[in-house]
Amino acid sequence: MTQELNLTLQVWRQEGASDPGHFETYAANGISEDMSFLEMLDIINEDLIENDQIPIEFDHDCREGICGTCSLMINGQAHGQEKATTTCQLHMRKFNDGDTIVVEPFRARAFPVVKDLVVDRSSFDRIIESGGYISVNTGAASDANLTPVPKEAADTSFDAAACIGCGACVAACPNSAAQLFTSAKLAHLNLIPQGQSQRFERTETMVDTMETFFGSCTNHGECHEACPKEISLDFIAFMNRDYVKAKMKNRKLAGQS
Amino acid sequence: MTVLNSKIPDGPVADKWENHKFSTKLVNPNNKRRFEIIVVGTGLAGASAAASLSELGYKVKAFTFHDSPRRAHSIAAQGGINGAKNYTNDGDSVHRLFYDTVKGGDYRSREANVHRLAEVSVNIIDQAAAQGVPFAREYGGLLDNRSFGGAQVSRTFYARGQTGQQLLLGAYQALAKQVASGGIELHTRTELLDVVLKDGRACGIVTRDLVSGEVASHSGHAVVLATGGYGNVYYLSTNAMACNVTAAWRAHRKGAFFANPCYTQIHPTCIPASDEFQSKLTLMSESLRNDGRIWVPDAFDDTRSPSQIPDSERDYYLERKYPAFGNLVPRDVASRNAKTVVDQGKGVGTLKNGVYLDFEAAIERDGEAAVRSKYGNLFDMYQNITGENPYQTPMRIYPAIHYTMGGVWVDYNLMTTIPGCYSIGEANFSDHGANRLGASALMQGLADGYFVLPYTIGDDLAGRLGEATVPTDDPVFAEAEAGAHDQINRFMSIGGTRSVDWFHRELGKIVWDYIGMERTREGLEKALSEIPALEEEFWKDLRLPGSAATLNSGLEKAGRVADFFELAKLMARDGLDREESCGGHFRAEHQTDEGEAQRDDENFAHVAAWEWNGADSVQTRHQEELTFENVALTQRSYK
Ligand SMILES: Cc1cc2nc3c(=O)[nH]c(=O)nc-3n(C[C@H](O)[C@H](O)[C@H](O)COP(=O)(O)OP(=O)(O)OC[C@H]3O[C@@H](n4cnc5c(N)ncnc54)[C@H](O)[C@@H]3O)c2cc1C
Ligand code: SF4
Ligand code: FES
Repeated sequence: MTQELNLTLQVWRQEGASDPGHFETYAANGISEDMSFLEMLDIINEDLIENDQIPIEFDHDCREGICGTCSLMINGQAHGQEKATTTCQLHMRKFNDGDTIVVEPFRARAFPVVKDLVVDRSSFDRIIESGGYISVNTGAASDANLTPVPKEAADTSFDAAACIGCGACVAACPNSAAQLFTSAKLAHLNLIPQGQSQRFERTETMVDTMETFFGSCTNHGECHEACPKEISLDFIAFMNRDYVKAKMKNRKLAGQS
Repeated sequence: MTVLNSKIPDGPVADKWENHKFSTKLVNPNNKRRFEIIVVGTGLAGASAAASLSELGYKVKAFTFHDSPRRAHSIAAQGGINGAKNYTNDGDSVHRLFYDTVKGGDYRSREANVHRLAEVSVNIIDQAAAQGVPFAREYGGLLDNRSFGGAQVSRTFYARGQTGQQLLLGAYQALAKQVASGGIELHTRTELLDVVLKDGRACGIVTRDLVSGEVASHSGHAVVLATGGYGNVYYLSTNAMACNVTAAWRAHRKGAFFANPCYTQIHPTCIPASDEFQSKLTLMSESLRNDGRIWVPDAFDDTRSPSQIPDSERDYYLERKYPAFGNLVPRDVASRNAKTVVDQGKGVGTLKNGVYLDFEAAIERDGEAAVRSKYGNLFDMYQNITGENPYQTPMRIYPAIHYTMGGVWVDYNLMTTIPGCYSIGEANFSDHGANRLGASALMQGLADGYFVLPYTIGDDLAGRLGEATVPTDDPVFAEAEAGAHDQINRFMSIGGTRSVDWFHRELGKIVWDYIGMERTREGLEKALSEIPALEEEFWKDLRLPGSAATLNSGLEKAGRVADFFELAKLMARDGLDREESCGGHFRAEHQTDEGEAQRDDENFAHVAAWEWNGADSVQTRHQEELTFENVALTQRSYK
């Protein structure tokens, strides 16, 4: 039978970017263990509205672990303690009756708080805009089967493409680095034949753009631990190798022109 | 006489699109940059349209209320996308995809549109593969296909269970490239509140910045609405939480006819709600029905655990009623039968709101390892959500709303009845008739965005060269902004006692009960009396704490729920007037002796398109007659 939990929540409240913010304590009683973490927050919000108080803002959309919109540091861990799970897929049966849960936004210089638990992750879009695509205008493509992709390359490329752009890697990193996110997009495109012609240019511009927003990687590996899609650290090594090559290649090209 | 001109080109169905492209007026490449196009929505349809239009040289302004164009509802699509490539050499062709889609839509779509969709389906696959979309491949490196949703050929391309995600990322990346080059001006966390008209033409939009609360105007030569479907009118659905009808509805209020609102699709295999506060329903792949057996206990209110109910006291109702198709009957038949047994009081689970989907026989026959290799990830997902282990105890499933075929009426050029205003993707009433086939929504969204709209939009623009956009200080914008402010102020000042979610949940219950899987005249009339009563209460008793000058998701939802109320009334009216059963619209009064949907082709082979007449009067119903010259109308049977 379904268990009910009585919990204490300490939730970060912050009115906007200029407000310093503070923790607020809420009681969450009679929470069904079948609820998701976000449904539990829905209930707290219903209570707040009932008491004419301002509900807690948090980001979410698909609630299926695929859109990357939800976030939250739960007891200091990005997306909570469950491995390979987004906050929206975290269920209350993973908590115990009487627990105190601390809920904070993803924290990073490149992710300023918008309000309460909502942060601005548009720096990720800037990285993609700097080169995270294959340039093929609509209509310019030839028949799809003219370019076979070795199954292994396709599969590994897919493992990288599975990144949902949630930013947990950045939030978990002591340096707020975005290597895992950036390398995942690079590996997705750089591993397949279609991505080769822009490979080194892409690597260089994306890494350089990343560095204007985010901290440096010192190989802690916390990003991988927090990643709901278990993106592999190998992609970071792959990115670093390509970046060195890119610097060489592009210099050579520049010398030729 | 109808006021609707669908602008379907002349000629044989297979030549219409080619002929049309040839006869469409062109905008010279150098002149394209003199046109500004507003694209609202950056899901599959919107992102692909914005990117393609910008590549052609048009100046594009793209809007989304998401924090990034990488996150639209499109991202959740699992199964795949159809394309008539015939790579598997199993007899597929553009004509067969066309035929299957017209038939699957229960003969309530336009032949010409569907044929065009089938034609460009092959280009979509090429485009996506070139963008690096990691479609499944065979060992030789070529693309893999599977059969999906009961199709007799393997024409579905897929990317693991994440096809929508990968296609959306492809379109998002194409859009990002154009943003970087300055071709697209991107506005995130910005919601459309109104479509603005000058002298009867669309000239721009009014938006609210969701972070600062600022209301602003944007002008353009054309406005494209790619804002998705309205499944969330049911509150619980498989749609993402933010899906809504607002953009389409506000356009409707400005003169865009709204077509076939009662055509909604139910998916039979979703995880039932576990409590009142459930926020959405999760879809489980339909492929589970290949090996799972569906049953309920014979006895009413049986409280025994499923393992204690012997086979002789179980009702495998689909196998019993449909011996030929058994558990594989089409989506709507499976869904309606589940409703019947649950309504009888034979539902299972604590809330008695599901039926069993049992893998015991499959595990006994093939072994647990074989079942795990086929469905392992789905079983894990189920266990994660419900806490129950489906290898040991049957899954519980129940139908949920999944897709909406109805939407903004558009002509062959995808233009609405407001000149200069277009609608693409799930937002328009589109190509699926009364029922959408699996793996066809992604196809349609991308067809509209990549390959149809970029051509057809020129037809109207070509004649308007040299026309300036209407400046945003024109009185038409001031008036629309004032209207938006008025509505926001009205919401903030009600000061009632109940939350938006409470009203949304209550509305959802009415819509689900009376305009859901099975409709009756009595039920639809009830809906038409209960919805306005609740709506009145909403406007009197809503409570919205906080301010309109910051992020305020309650305020965002209030606007969407207000529109859902109006939409729900139109759905009921549309369902009431459509005195037949077809596709997703099942009127209990119109069924065959075998309990199958009974169409009335003589009287209802038409599109119903509704014209807004002001908030105080009922919309006018217009008809667009449908003619079938290439596909013969037949009746389905699954016995
Ligand atoms: C769980 C699930 C699985 C599915 N699986 C499949 C499948 O396997 N195959 C298939 O073909 N189809 C599938 N579908 C259907 C398909 O995913 C959708 O129909 C399709 O993706 C819709 O795309 P769209 O671009 O029209 O709209 P959406 O993706 O919904 O995009 C809407 C866009 O509009 C924006 N927007 C909306 N309103 C406003 C506003 N007022 N102001 C500003 N912006 C706004 C949003 O921000 C978003 O960017 C599935 C659907 C679901 C629910
Ligand atoms: S790499 Fe992982 S943690 Fe980082 S954005 Fe992608 S999915 Fe999220
Ligand atoms: S809400 Fe989409 S991943 Fe969590």
